[in-house]
Amino acid sequence: MPTRGFFGRPPSKEVAARLPPGQYKTEDFPVLSMGPTPHVSLDAWKFAISDGPKPVASWSWAEFEMLPRTVWRGDIHCVTKWSKFDTTWEGVTIDDLFAAAGIMPPTPYLLAESYDGYDTNVPVADLVGGRAMIATRFAGEPLPAEHGGPARLLVPHLYFWKSAKWVKGLRFTARDEAGFWELRGYHIYGDPWREQRYTNDP
Amino acid sequence: MIDSAAPAPSRWQPAVIERLLPRTPRVISVFLRASLGAREAGQHVDVRLIAPDGYEAQRSYSIASAPGDESLELAIERLEHGEVSPYFHEVARPGDAIELRGPIGGHFIWRREDGGPLLLVGGGSGIVPLVAMLRHRAAVAPDTKALLVYSARTWGEVVYRDELLAEQARDTQFDLVLTTTREARHRPGDFERRLDRTLLRDILGAWRQTPRHVYVCGSNAFVEAVTTHLVEEIPAPVIRTERYGGTD
Repeated sequence: MPTRGFFGRPPSKEVAARLPPGQYKTEDFPVLSMGPTPHVSLDAWKFAISDGPKPVASWSWAEFEMLPRTVWRGDIHCVTKWSKFDTTWEGVTIDDLFAAAGIMPPTPYLLAESYDGYDTNVPVADLVGGRAMIATRFAGEPLPAEHGGPARLLVPHLYFWKSAKWVKGLRFTARDEAGFWELRGYHIYGDPWREQRYTNDP
Repeated sequence: MIDSAAPAPSRWQPAVIERLLPRTPRVISVFLRASLGAREAGQHVDVRLIAPDGYEAQRSYSIASAPGDESLELAIERLEHGEVSPYFHEVARPGDAIELRGPIGGHFIWRREDGGPLLLVGGGSGIVPLVAMLRHRAAVAPDTKALLVYSARTWGEVVYRDELLAEQARDTQFDLVLTTTREARHRPGDFERRLDRTLLRDILGAWRQTPRHVYVCGSNAFVEAVTTHLVEEIPAPVIRTERYGGTD
C-alpha cells in the first residue's frame, strides 16, 4: 500500500538497473564494524590458509606483496542499504592465492577470519573463478584501516559484510558454519540481488 | 562476548503512527503500533515507504523504546538531503501507516544478564540505541551501574535531555556527563569540547568503575576518535560500536 504523501526521489533508469532491491546509491564510503578499528602493523601482519585446525600455507606482508595482483572495478552493496558504484580494488585473487599455496580446496566451505575476532562464512565456489580477492588497495591507494586495511576479503557479488575487513586468514570447514553476523540475524549466504538480508529470507 | 543466536526479523508488516514528538530542532520521535517479535535494547528496524507509482525506499532506524514498552519509538534525525527522514518531519501524521521489519541486530544490544558496569558513549543522534539500553536498565536492572557520556553540538541538540537529567537526579547508580562542542556548557561538571583522549581519561577516572561492557554510537568520525582513545584504557573486545556515515 502506498505511504500517504511519500513520493521519494527515484533514481534514473540507468542507476536503478544497477541497484539491487531495497538499495540506494551513495557517494561517500560508509564505515561499519562490530568494534574498534584494529591497527595491524605490516611487520606483524600474516595471512594464513588452514584446513580446520591444520595450517596449510601462510604469507608475511612482504611475501604477500610478491603474489600476482589483479584489479577489479565495480559496484558494492551493503546490507544497511547503501550501494557504491564503480569502486576500484587491487589485490590477490583467491584463485592465485590457492595456486600459490599449491592446493585444491579440500572442502566446499570456509570461514574468513579477521584480526578483531570477526568471521564470516563464504562458499568456496563464490571465491574462485575470479569472483573474489584479498584486497590491499582501494582507488589506487593502500587500503585505509577504517575500510579494512592492511587487507580485506572482497566478494563484491554478496552483501559487503561477507567482505571481511582486517582479514588474517581463510579456514576451510567441513560444513557451512555460520559466522559472526550470520549468527546474529543475518542471512547465511547474502545475495543482494535476491535481497537475502536476514535469517530465513528466501 | 555474551551474544547468542538472534531470532529472525519479522517480514514486512504495516505499522501505524500513533504519535509524533519533536525532541530537538532536528530529531523527531515517531511512536508506532506494530507487532514485531521480542526486542532487545539497542536493536533497529527497517522502514519502507512506498510512493504512488510503486517506488520504494528503505532505511534503518534505531529503536529508542525499551523492549518492554508497548509502543515502538524511533527517533529520526532530519538529514539535509535525505529522501526518507524529511517524510517523518514534514509529512507523517498520526494514523498514517508505514511498513516495518525487524527487530534487527544481535550484537549492539544489552540484556539484563549481560550486567555492568555499563559505559555508554554517544555522539549526536547516536544516542538513540543507548537510550533504549538505559530505559531497559532502569526497568529491569536499576542496580547496574551505568555512565553515559554524550557529546552534542549544543545544549538544545541534546536529544532526551530532560529524561536523562531526571534519571540522573533520581538514580544514584546512573551517571551522566554531557559535552557540547559548539556551545558553552550549561552545568558545572559538564564539558564544552570534543571527547579527546584527556577528557575521556578524566571522565573514566572520576567514574572509578571498570566497565564490563562498552557501547559507542555516533558518526563514523566520532566512533573512530572515541574508540581510538578508549582502547588505551579498556580492552577492545568489550567495546561494541555502531556507526553511521563514513569517509568521502
